[in-house]
Amino acid sequence: MKNIFKLSIGFLITAIAFTSCGDQKSSKSNGALSSSKAEKVYVAPGEHDSHYAFISGGYSGNLTVYGLPSGRMFKEIPVFSQFPTNGYGYSEETKPLLETSYGFVPWDDSHHPDISQTNGKLDGRWVFINGNNTPRIARISLTSFETEEIIEVPNSAGNHSSSFITENTEYVVAGTRFSVPVPQKDMAIKDYKGNFKGALSFISVDPEHGHMDIKFQVLMPGFNYDLSHPGRGKSHGWFFFTTYNTEEASTLLEVNASQNDKDFIAAINWKKIEEYVNNGGGTMMPANYAHNVYDENTHTATSTMKKEVRVINPSEVPGAIYLLPTPKSPHGCDVDPSGEYIVGNGKLSANLTVHSFTKMLDAIENEKFDGDAYGIPILKFEDVLAGSVEQPGLGPLHTEFDGQGNAYTTFFISSEVVKWKLGTWEVLDRKPTYYSVGHLTIPGGNSREPFGKYMFAMNKITKDRYLPVGPEMEHSAQLYDISGDKMELLLDFPTHGEPHYAAAIPAEIIKDKSRKIYKLAENEHPRKATNESETKVVRDGKNVHVYMTLIRSHFTPDNIEGIKVGDKVFFHVTNLEQDFDVPHGFAMIGANNAELLIAPGQTKTLTWEAKQVGVWPFYCTDFCSALHQEMQGYIRVSPADSNIELSWSLGED
Amino acid sequence: MKVTLKIITVLFITLLISCGGKEEKKEEAPTFQQKAPTEKKEAPKTETAVKASEKIDLTNKGVGPITSVDLSADIDQSMVAKGEDVFKKMCTACHRVDKKFIGPAPNGILERRTPEWVMNMILNPEEMTKSDPLAKELLIEFNGSPMANQNLTEEEARAVLEYFRTLK
Repeated sequence: MKNIFKLSIGFLITAIAFTSCGDQKSSKSNGALSSSKAEKVYVAPGEHDSHYAFISGGYSGNLTVYGLPSGRMFKEIPVFSQFPTNGYGYSEETKPLLETSYGFVPWDDSHHPDISQTNGKLDGRWVFINGNNTPRIARISLTSFETEEIIEVPNSAGNHSSSFITENTEYVVAGTRFSVPVPQKDMAIKDYKGNFKGALSFISVDPEHGHMDIKFQVLMPGFNYDLSHPGRGKSHGWFFFTTYNTEEASTLLEVNASQNDKDFIAAINWKKIEEYVNNGGGTMMPANYAHNVYDENTHTATSTMKKEVRVINPSEVPGAIYLLPTPKSPHGCDVDPSGEYIVGNGKLSANLTVHSFTKMLDAIENEKFDGDAYGIPILKFEDVLAGSVEQPGLGPLHTEFDGQGNAYTTFFISSEVVKWKLGTWEVLDRKPTYYSVGHLTIPGGNSREPFGKYMFAMNKITKDRYLPVGPEMEHSAQLYDISGDKMELLLDFPTHGEPHYAAAIPAEIIKDKSRKIYKLAENEHPRKATNESETKVVRDGKNVHVYMTLIRSHFTPDNIEGIKVGDKVFFHVTNLEQDFDVPHGFAMIGANNAELLIAPGQTKTLTWEAKQVGVWPFYCTDFCSALHQEMQGYIRVSPADSNIELSWSLGED
Repeated sequence: MKVTLKIITVLFITLLISCGGKEEKKEEAPTFQQKAPTEKKEAPKTETAVKASEKIDLTNKGVGPITSVDLSADIDQSMVAKGEDVFKKMCTACHRVDKKFIGPAPNGILERRTPEWVMNMILNPEEMTKSDPLAKELLIEFNGSPMANQNLTEEEARAVLEYFRTLK
């Protein structure tokens, strides 16, 4: 027996040796190898991923760009936070983007990215994301992958049920999580109930340039508006918001806001309100909020403070707003691709509640109301209920759709994703996540036409998934193949910050439109120098403006004299390169802000204060050529009372 | 049984060995006893090396999109004006008329190069400095400072060429 055993092992080893010896490239193996999970996520060197994923950074305040299925991170796009890597929020051109009514706010908590749509399909023009803490909405270009616009949202606090867009990008919608006094005033906190308001903002998006403008705010009762989604297809024209704390508690919410068996999904007929507004309805209310726009040609942002906003009280537009009872402190509010089903992910509920849009319209028409809340009609739960997924898991948070009639819901407490069928409400599959999943994303999963090949779950807890790196670590995401009947876990990948939701899109929709350079001929920066003859140094009192150019591998000018202690030196640096992927850096010793990274054809400005007498170097921080180390220059700083004339040069010029 | 096992083991080892077959023979292991450097007295080059920038090659058309350029007998002055403008905007960071700067001066370039070579050098510098023998030498002569691709259109490059015709 022993021998036979040994023999078998011998054969086995031989067999393994044979197998491992094969020429991997030519093998189109069947069986075990062809179903290899590794192959499904392997993107060979130099090849491209099939999808982009835009993953929110949470407390990083930014947005990261990943490839699917590889899980590789390509870029961090600075949005609400300063970014020393390229000088965003430090350079004079980008500082205005972070202006708010509270002054300069260089960080935020970014949550829910959403890609622009046309006819309910992802069009890949822009991605929007909300700043949760200091309420703001940002628009990021999917051509330049840069933040182009940020608008502050007044009367809002904890801008969480945001930034979701209607199916033709008519509006990006921003709802407040925390209700507050509107307008703000000094009052007792305990008088919250009945006095605080929840503002839901409908921000119009210019179809050509994407520019945002708050069209109107609906001042709702003082609940917490947690998440939202637009109606689509048949329900286009409506918007749905989950609420919790319908108890209107102002303290110890974890107990006091969990008393009611049912909270609400607020259904808002925005088309009806829009019509009312277009006919002059609503009230212009004094406000103070920043609108910051970056111009692609001047490479410069400007910030303007807006002084009023149009507000609507629900009672002004009868028949536009209804409340759908939904158990129990619902979190995610997700609408299926047909627009018929509205899923309320009741996070403290045993069952998952699905409402029917058709039944809702019918109940409204037949006025089947069950009382009202502050004048807003409440529909009867049974009359709007499409069905329930019975005990699918613990702590449902979010649902996405694959376009094949299936829904996928995350369960935070039981750490799993559950696949279930729309209409029959039966559970089809469940897979564990590692660990405590929050959001999930299917490319296009929040549109009329999902591209249901992949789904990824973004987890809140990482623990042992990667090599330990101390108490603080990146979060973990998991990629699943959802093309079969059962979900298949393919890959773990770390995510930056704390992702709350992501938007993903097939690469071919945007990759060919990606900008490579800024053309010098289109550069309209007021202090550009688009060739070396335009370089100069100009004194204006204690401000000195240096019009500088960069090209492999020198600065023009690279010797500057006549700067005095107490001067503020503005380096306006233009990268003269016109070739893809030849950025230059600019770093000045002792700069109190950041360095710059300047794309080809771009102009950026770094401010540096001359504090000490001496000769001070600057250099290029981006390894640009074999002569990168030679790319340097000097500034001579003389005493404040010196009479050395301003002069500048390069070489013998 | 033992014999069978041995046979299998032998087979297995053979297999493992044969498996790494493609590996090239290792170079001689380095030793600490390095050979004493034999003084190689290089014979002083008799021919004085001609700098790449001064070499004359009126047949090489270079590598790139331009395969033939017809130069009319008369210089097209409006094209010259355009070329001068493009040159000033896109090239003067590294090239100056009448003097060597980061790169060579363009004066008299058509006495040394074909018009096709000049345009290919403007339009396709990465490939030129990789595979054109003259461009490769130039890169070394100019300290490895790369010729930047400024993404000129063919029309712009042609205008620059016309401007170069006026620089003697």
